[in-house]
Amino acid sequence: MRSLIGAKQQKWLLLAPALTVLALISFVPFVKTLWLSFSDSEISALPTVVSFIGLENYIYALTDPDFILSLGRTLYFTFVSVGAEVILGVAVALLLNQQFRGRTLMRALIILPWAIPTIVNAVTWRLIYNPDYGALNSLLMQLGIIGEYRSWLGDPDVAMNMVILADVWKNFPLVAYVALAALQTVPMDMLNAARLEGANAWRRFYKITLPWIIGPLLVIIVLRSVEAFRVFDIIYVMTRGGPANQTKTASFYVYQEYFSYLRSGSGSSYAIIVALISIILIYGYYKAAKRQNGSL
Amino acid sequence: MHSTIKRPRYLSYLLYSSLILLAFFVLAPVAWLLLMSLSSPTDLTKVPLQWIPSQWDFSRYAQLLDGHNGSGERFLAAMLNSLIIATSATVIALFAGVLAAYAFSRRNASMLLMFAFLATIMMPPVTYILPLYSAFSDLGILNTKVALIICYCAMLIPFAIWLMKTNIDVLPEEIEQAAMIEGAGTLYTLRKVVLPIILPAIGATAMLSFLTAWDEFFYALIFSSDLSAKTIPVAIADFSAGRVTDFGVIASVGVLASLPPVIVALFFQRFIVSGLVGGSVKG
Repeated sequence: MRSLIGAKQQKWLLLAPALTVLALISFVPFVKTLWLSFSDSEISALPTVVSFIGLENYIYALTDPDFILSLGRTLYFTFVSVGAEVILGVAVALLLNQQFRGRTLMRALIILPWAIPTIVNAVTWRLIYNPDYGALNSLLMQLGIIGEYRSWLGDPDVAMNMVILADVWKNFPLVAYVALAALQTVPMDMLNAARLEGANAWRRFYKITLPWIIGPLLVIIVLRSVEAFRVFDIIYVMTRGGPANQTKTASFYVYQEYFSYLRSGSGSSYAIIVALISIILIYGYYKAAKRQNGSL
Repeated sequence: MHSTIKRPRYLSYLLYSSLILLAFFVLAPVAWLLLMSLSSPTDLTKVPLQWIPSQWDFSRYAQLLDGHNGSGERFLAAMLNSLIIATSATVIALFAGVLAAYAFSRRNASMLLMFAFLATIMMPPVTYILPLYSAFSDLGILNTKVALIICYCAMLIPFAIWLMKTNIDVLPEEIEQAAMIEGAGTLYTLRKVVLPIILPAIGATAMLSFLTAWDEFFYALIFSSDLSAKTIPVAIADFSAGRVTDFGVIASVGVLASLPPVIVALFFQRFIVSGLVGGSVKG
């Protein structure tokens, strides 16, 4: 084998299966979506004439207040979800880094939310939030915090934050595990020296621990942001974009444009705009990962 | 060597109350899902709730695990579909992934290409969905397991390459070179020398890939329409949106669908966490 084909051909032969799958299932569809986004194509049973309309879809999309609002809601979801996951994740990591009895058990326990499938998580929280028989209503009422049952997912003012809570529950363990692993690399002698010099806990965290773990944290922050930005599953199950479109995120918007209104041309332009924002986030991931690992 | 630092009493209280709070936050939703699946419909519709069931009701599990009624048939078919699709996609992705990882580690394939691979799975699936839909429709494979296996391969391969590449990178190259000097071909060396050493990494990659495929919802929602291809996440969404009014049934489906990933995650925790964390903590 080795004498017959050179290292270069060998490289491409080894890459061939992966390249073929990704080219056909990711690259080609992406180019086709881009192509459709400049047309007035529609999904219908009959073959229709498709004409090219240049940037018209994009001009329409960027002046469509509903779409702009859905982008804003997606960014809100991303910032608040990931922000809460990072704060909670780091706090939990600091907690689980202390010495106490049952530490191994607690560290094992927090993998549970991560292991529960996304759809099961969404269904569980939807039942918890149920306006008539939900556990949250019952618990808060029995504790005397609320006087009457509320419709958590039916109230446009709080629905999005309730969805975010469910998302944070599911995803904070990932941040916690990354932070916990990073905490093991913080040099103990530096922390002890700072303690002897009288630096308080907050100062030790801020001046020594945080700078030491920020690299890995940044990687997971950007990675989670990329994921959060394309949120769909949890929205589909919990609210279907309601109430009053208050939880209608960008991916859900594109989904409806395609499969409810059957507008493939304009839907594709929405999809490409969402993709462009994702690409900016992905570039951020590339930068953060490169900074952390040297190579990628 | 580990000298336990004596804490002031107030810090101990703070530590243990935080831990109790954390345990409650993590466990309460799971415990409630379990309790709902075992409570009678009357207990579940009391205001305020009957937290501990007045009697344990196992009837939903019996119903779901029996293929002779509507719910059971739908549930079992979806579990089987998920199992077939996730397993097939994992096996194919590992095969393509190991080969490509070797090209990146040992044959100087460009890191830019590696990053392009990773970027494809970070993109929102809505960018791919419509052309895939028309292509699958033209090929006549809409609503088949094959369509989902193909999509999941594309989703798992970049991730598998990345995990295995980081593991091949740290191996000393000398052993491989020795094998090749003795006349072994690349594939032979990969199979007989490299694979046995990175077996634990392959195991971790397989588990994470399987869980990712088990969890996927969007492609499955669009590409499947009946029992021949619907996966468990789609079935759960159907159960929770459909005519089922008994929360207990929905909760039971949720519990059963969570069992495979939860068992894998708890038993192979060390593997999985190192796989998840590996990419971001060390290079």
